[in-house]
Amino acid sequence: MGEIARARPGVLARTETYLDWNATTPLRAEAAAAMSAMLARCGNPSSVHRWGRAARQAIERARAAVAALLDAPSDGVVFVSGGTEANHLALLGGGRDRVLVSAVEHDSVLRAVPEAERIPVDQDGIIALDTLDRLLAADPRPALVSVMLANNETGVVQPVNAIGAITRAHGALFHCDAVQAAGKIALDAHTIGADFVTLSAHKLGGPPGIGALVVTGELEVTPLLHGGGQERGRRAGTENLTGIAGFAAAAAAAAEEIAVYDRVRALRDALEAGLAAIAPEAVVLGAAAPRLPNTTAIAMPGVAAETQVIALDLDGVMVSAGAACSSGKVGPSHVLEAMGVGPDLVGSTIRVSLGWDSSEADVDHFLRAWTALYRRCRGSSVGARAA
Amino acid sequence: MSSPVADPIRRFEAHLGNTMPIYLDNQSSTRLDPRVLEAMLPYFTEQFGNPHSASHAYGRIAGEAIEQARSEVAALIHADPRELVFTSGATEANNLAIKGAAHFARLYPQSGQPRDHIVTLTTEHKCVLESCLRLKREGFRVTYLPVEPNGLVSLDRLAAALSEQTLLVSIMAAHNEIGVIQPLAEIGALCRSRGVLFHSDAAQAVGKIALDVEAMRIDLLSISGHKVYGPKGVGLLYVRRRPRVRLLPLIDGGGQERGLRSGTLPTPLCVGIGRAAAIAEAEMTHEAGRLRRLRDRLQAGLARRIPGLRLNGDAERRLPGSLNFCFPGIAAIKLIEACPGIAMSTGSACTSASVEPSYVLRALGLSEADANSGIRIGLGRFTTPAEVDFAIDALAAAAGRLAAESPVAGQGGVPI
Repeated sequence: MGEIARARPGVLARTETYLDWNATTPLRAEAAAAMSAMLARCGNPSSVHRWGRAARQAIERARAAVAALLDAPSDGVVFVSGGTEANHLALLGGGRDRVLVSAVEHDSVLRAVPEAERIPVDQDGIIALDTLDRLLAADPRPALVSVMLANNETGVVQPVNAIGAITRAHGALFHCDAVQAAGKIALDAHTIGADFVTLSAHKLGGPPGIGALVVTGELEVTPLLHGGGQERGRRAGTENLTGIAGFAAAAAAAAEEIAVYDRVRALRDALEAGLAAIAPEAVVLGAAAPRLPNTTAIAMPGVAAETQVIALDLDGVMVSAGAACSSGKVGPSHVLEAMGVGPDLVGSTIRVSLGWDSSEADVDHFLRAWTALYRRCRGSSVGARAA
Repeated sequence: MSSPVADPIRRFEAHLGNTMPIYLDNQSSTRLDPRVLEAMLPYFTEQFGNPHSASHAYGRIAGEAIEQARSEVAALIHADPRELVFTSGATEANNLAIKGAAHFARLYPQSGQPRDHIVTLTTEHKCVLESCLRLKREGFRVTYLPVEPNGLVSLDRLAAALSEQTLLVSIMAAHNEIGVIQPLAEIGALCRSRGVLFHSDAAQAVGKIALDVEAMRIDLLSISGHKVYGPKGVGLLYVRRRPRVRLLPLIDGGGQERGLRSGTLPTPLCVGIGRAAAIAEAEMTHEAGRLRRLRDRLQAGLARRIPGLRLNGDAERRLPGSLNFCFPGIAAIKLIEACPGIAMSTGSACTSASVEPSYVLRALGLSEADANSGIRIGLGRFTTPAEVDFAIDALAAAAGRLAAESPVAGQGGVPI
């Protein structure tokens, strides 16, 4: 293996079944090729000599490619180290003291402004639009509203267009964390109607360590990191040239191949139908809401999520019990709790997420492993937990 | 390089042909070492798991690789691996160290007088100065100490600047423009004796000179990947555990890096900086000697052929590969333009697009005209003697031509 592109990235070994695509995805071939070309360059994009100018040109080309994913102006793209930093930049740098966030946001949003007002969601995980409207009307201070496009744990897609209309009517700014949605459903900044959009490369087939905050209008952003004035003063630090090139190539490929998610949706639906046939008491959370085509959050009442995840792992099937960043620690999901899911179901929910490379064989493998697990748990009390 | 991983590099070079200039700007960025690339590759492809996915093998393999890398960096600076926090680079590490320490001290003031005073040098990197400026706007007090004409801090002046309210001293280990190495152990001892935290931006120094956070009593140390033949987009902050240094995070969320820096860690980049650190540790002594000989050859060659050439910054206490000259009476930008075969710079890359003279050279006491004649040259791991000889010829010829056009004598720097 002499370079990234030669290692058949994006194609997984078939002895194991990876169904944790919302945690991270394999690198797309297009991203690998773009990165291989860039890895050997040593220029600092801020340098004025030819090495530096070549690096600068590569970044500006990449900026246009990432902007195209959203159909946004390219000078609105601020490259950062990932989704977490982008969310912080929007919430802390958006210039609004009053911040409202949905109750199902990623921890990187919730913890950026811990004192932010919470917008509740209904039992399907959709935010209460009338509550948002009322909250904004009740307080005249200029506000920023942060609601994700699609949830990382349930895949539930928010009515962002309606949210955008409400925020605009109240003169509030709208930040949309599109990390999980980008590359899985078609995006368009106008349709989303957000002032700020967060993107992450490694969720759509690009490398980890790079993301972007896309500013769709003429808004100022107060930087989180101060220094050399890169990214038009909005984000200091030498640009991650290779990561940016990989991000752009992955974004372009993801937009090009968005139709593959019709097939992924059929696989996901088959997986859910298969589960329902094995275990009628299993519950798919957020099933009544519009969802990403690749994600399912399934509760098997009485069987702890950790038990399921470990058993599946032993059978070569990789899923998670929730968000990857917190999957190492034990604690109920704030997303499911916000949806009013009872503690028994919250503690027994696993996340299965598919991707462009998932196959019927993957679904079959999952169902076989899950059936065995189910029979063991139902046959004896081992692994069962009353919550 | 016989390693097959050099393929993309060779292909890239072939693609460039002879059109790309010789790279003598190793302070602004360094070429990725092919051995580092080789170590990174599997983590871009087969081992792509999210290192925080503890529930399955893909995640655990990535997580273990990151811990291995953390240990390799720790060994290079004599730290405990648990004292290292991965960041997106040295800029973030510097921001986290300075703002994080200040914000923690304000939120949780110790008994007695609150410590709200920060001391730094006028010659620090922009990201240190800008972070301090930000804190100043938030109500902290900042003292910007001048440096001596050789670029070094005066320990007496530093001692006099410290008070009961001083929280933090931030002084770069080795300078990005003039290459001077500050007396770290002396600064560390002074800070420790006064109960002041010592932060050092070591982006240029790590892997090039021996650093020991214990012996030097450094509390916070910033590290960059791409300055040490590793990848861009990754760095680390060393945060002392004993006595414990407390910071507030800049970026919160999933709680990675012990809550000090949230966000999915980029496994391949972390592996890359780890390998880069291991290579640097193994080869530092030999490589420093080689670079010093090349540097001396370049300096002697230029001094022989360019009358009045002056060296900026201390002649002895400097990084092995770093040089900064005033070419008397010649505008640096003109000289750079006259040498299209050499990639070099007038100063920091971050500000190199600016037409202002280097604030660092001005801080050494150089006149504006002299500061405008300053050129930074950085030799690195892949610099060859032939390239040095080429640079001597090209620079001497261009300087001769330009001096004939505008004969003005300069005064800055140390005559060679």
